[in-house]
Amino acid sequence: MAIWLTKDSKVIVQGMTGSEGSKHTRRMLAAGTNVVGGVNPRKAGTTVDFDGTELPVFASVADAMKETGADVTVIFVPPQFTKAAVVEAIDAGIDLAVVITEGVPVHDTAAFWAYNVAQGERTRIIGPNCPGIASPGASNAGIIPADITGSGRIGLVSKSGTLTYQMMYELRDIGFSTCVGIGGDPIIGTTHIDALAAFEADPETDAIVMIGEIGGDAEERAAEFIKANVTKPVVGYIAGFTAPPGKTMGHAGAIISGSAGTADAKKAALEAVGVKVGKTPTETAKLMREIMSNR
Amino acid sequence: MDLYEYQGRDLFERHGLPVLAGGVATTPEEARAIAERLGGRVVVKAQVKVGGRGKAGGVKLAEGAEETVARATDILGMDIKGHTVHKVMITVTADVAEEYYFSYLLDRANRTFLCIASVAGGMDIEQVAAETPEKVVKAPIDANTGVDEAKAREIVAAAGFPAEVADQVVEVAVKLWQAFVAEDATLVEVNPLATTKDGKLLLLDAKVTLDENAAFRHPDHEALVDQASVDPLEQAAKEKDLNYVKLDGEVGIIGNGAGLVMSTLDVVAYAGERHGGVKPANFLDIGGGASAEVMANGLEIVLSDPSVKSVFVNVFGGITACDAVANGIVQALALLEQRGEKATKPLVVRLDGNNAEAGRAILDGANNPLIQRVDTMDGAAERAAELAAAGV
Repeated sequence: MAIWLTKDSKVIVQGMTGSEGSKHTRRMLAAGTNVVGGVNPRKAGTTVDFDGTELPVFASVADAMKETGADVTVIFVPPQFTKAAVVEAIDAGIDLAVVITEGVPVHDTAAFWAYNVAQGERTRIIGPNCPGIASPGASNAGIIPADITGSGRIGLVSKSGTLTYQMMYELRDIGFSTCVGIGGDPIIGTTHIDALAAFEADPETDAIVMIGEIGGDAEERAAEFIKANVTKPVVGYIAGFTAPPGKTMGHAGAIISGSAGTADAKKAALEAVGVKVGKTPTETAKLMREIMSNR
Repeated sequence: MDLYEYQGRDLFERHGLPVLAGGVATTPEEARAIAERLGGRVVVKAQVKVGGRGKAGGVKLAEGAEETVARATDILGMDIKGHTVHKVMITVTADVAEEYYFSYLLDRANRTFLCIASVAGGMDIEQVAAETPEKVVKAPIDANTGVDEAKAREIVAAAGFPAEVADQVVEVAVKLWQAFVAEDATLVEVNPLATTKDGKLLLLDAKVTLDENAAFRHPDHEALVDQASVDPLEQAAKEKDLNYVKLDGEVGIIGNGAGLVMSTLDVVAYAGERHGGVKPANFLDIGGGASAEVMANGLEIVLSDPSVKSVFVNVFGGITACDAVANGIVQALALLEQRGEKATKPLVVRLDGNNAEAGRAILDGANNPLIQRVDTMDGAAERAAELAAAGV
């Protein structure tokens, strides 16, 4: 069953005709994702060929949903147009919008998030600046490589793309129900807590790996949530123990401000609620391996 | 990007907010010109992006041009908590009656913006919040409706600003919000927001942070970057579109993806504890692509850092296959040699993921004595730290 993305998900791509959008549409199709079309008002009515699969281009998300029954959109449009693309997806009432675009101004993200809240949070937004979501063997919405691992019973939620891939690779023999890259921006649509709650409720997930990094207090709040709401075993990893304060480390949100947002504080908060935290990705994988082998 | 106080003052002025007349000087002679223009009593303030400059002697009063030159001479070049003073801001003085606090900032946890206001200004707001929380108002601001007059009145009433300044604070609150949005700021902090004895409201300090992701709609923000304080290696990296942060260790780091690179720094630091305390020399994320050219540019930057004794290239092949990355490394070394910058420091390379076997075979086939292949992240970090310790 996995969370949020299943084999029944019908996926459209906003920005499918652009270079990133078309490259990853091809990859998603190869991974078995049921991609049913794309959106580009200037090319509406045309089709695009992806190695023999002809995908229609629609004028709007609403049109695409009406014609195809799509329930997931993956957004690859440039940062200048991301806010409008997400608002369009919210207006169309789609279930899930995966925002891959990196470099979105935080005022734009704050605006589309506030808009989504005002509309009753009908749409789940993942990202921006994220690798997307993959339910191995079922569907793949975004840029997570599909061939790292097969399906299994571990759930993964991570702020970082490549650390997601690394963890999927380390535990590829066990496999994953769903891997969610929530992104490293200061404001994101889906948080660690949202994913933890969904994995807790998912009968096909037995244990959860949670990857965080410096900046903000999302991991600390996730720790409180785990204490109160999560019965499945959780293993954690935090990147950035040696990052200097005041410097943005690649991700826009990865910055230690004063004494807040340090890796040590996050690790301590997780360990205080019984979450084992690995010192390195490999050690973290080992902790998860022990949990899965004892089941 | 954090602005200097004078840049924040200028930004406030451009948005019609009441600030003190003044200017910025990099030399005592420039300070003289500003003092002559302003006339009378002035305050000379060190421009550093660190708190506590007043206690460190970085803020002085001066009467007339000669004294201003003397104070500017004292303060320019001063070291304040490791920050050298390159500029002083000179403003007229204000006859302050009351000091308040006002800010707008990004509230990550609640995924919105926040206004913090207090009638207890001029002090560290976190301390005020800890000791007298009833004196601090925190009001969430909806990104789409923002701060209009009604919202501003709500905040002013909640914070308990005195009736005689309420209208002025409301006007400042609305204009400051407009500036916050128009400039794509993630922080505008005024501490103190002050009233003068003749009842005027003034913004006496300016702390502003701008969102670099919004640079595409603010071509003027580029000019606010303080070139003098940018690390030359960071500048060179930026010109090549590389995401590089200079650190103070000996092991050069190159990886793909911000999270993996941060993790690599940690793993190298742990390994360094066993090898003479060597540490990571930099953060460098070459991104998902990792072509030969990008790899060459990255290697060039990292190897040009004289404190680097070994380099750890840590790549997880996701979208990019490892054989392409391996070819990139081999070609990068050849490219550097062509550029006359032949690498001489050992490179420990760890490749994992997509087509890892093919990538490793390419590295082995290159027969380059500088390249050492280690196939696990922890093992490669250990080796890189060991080599750096041997090279120190």
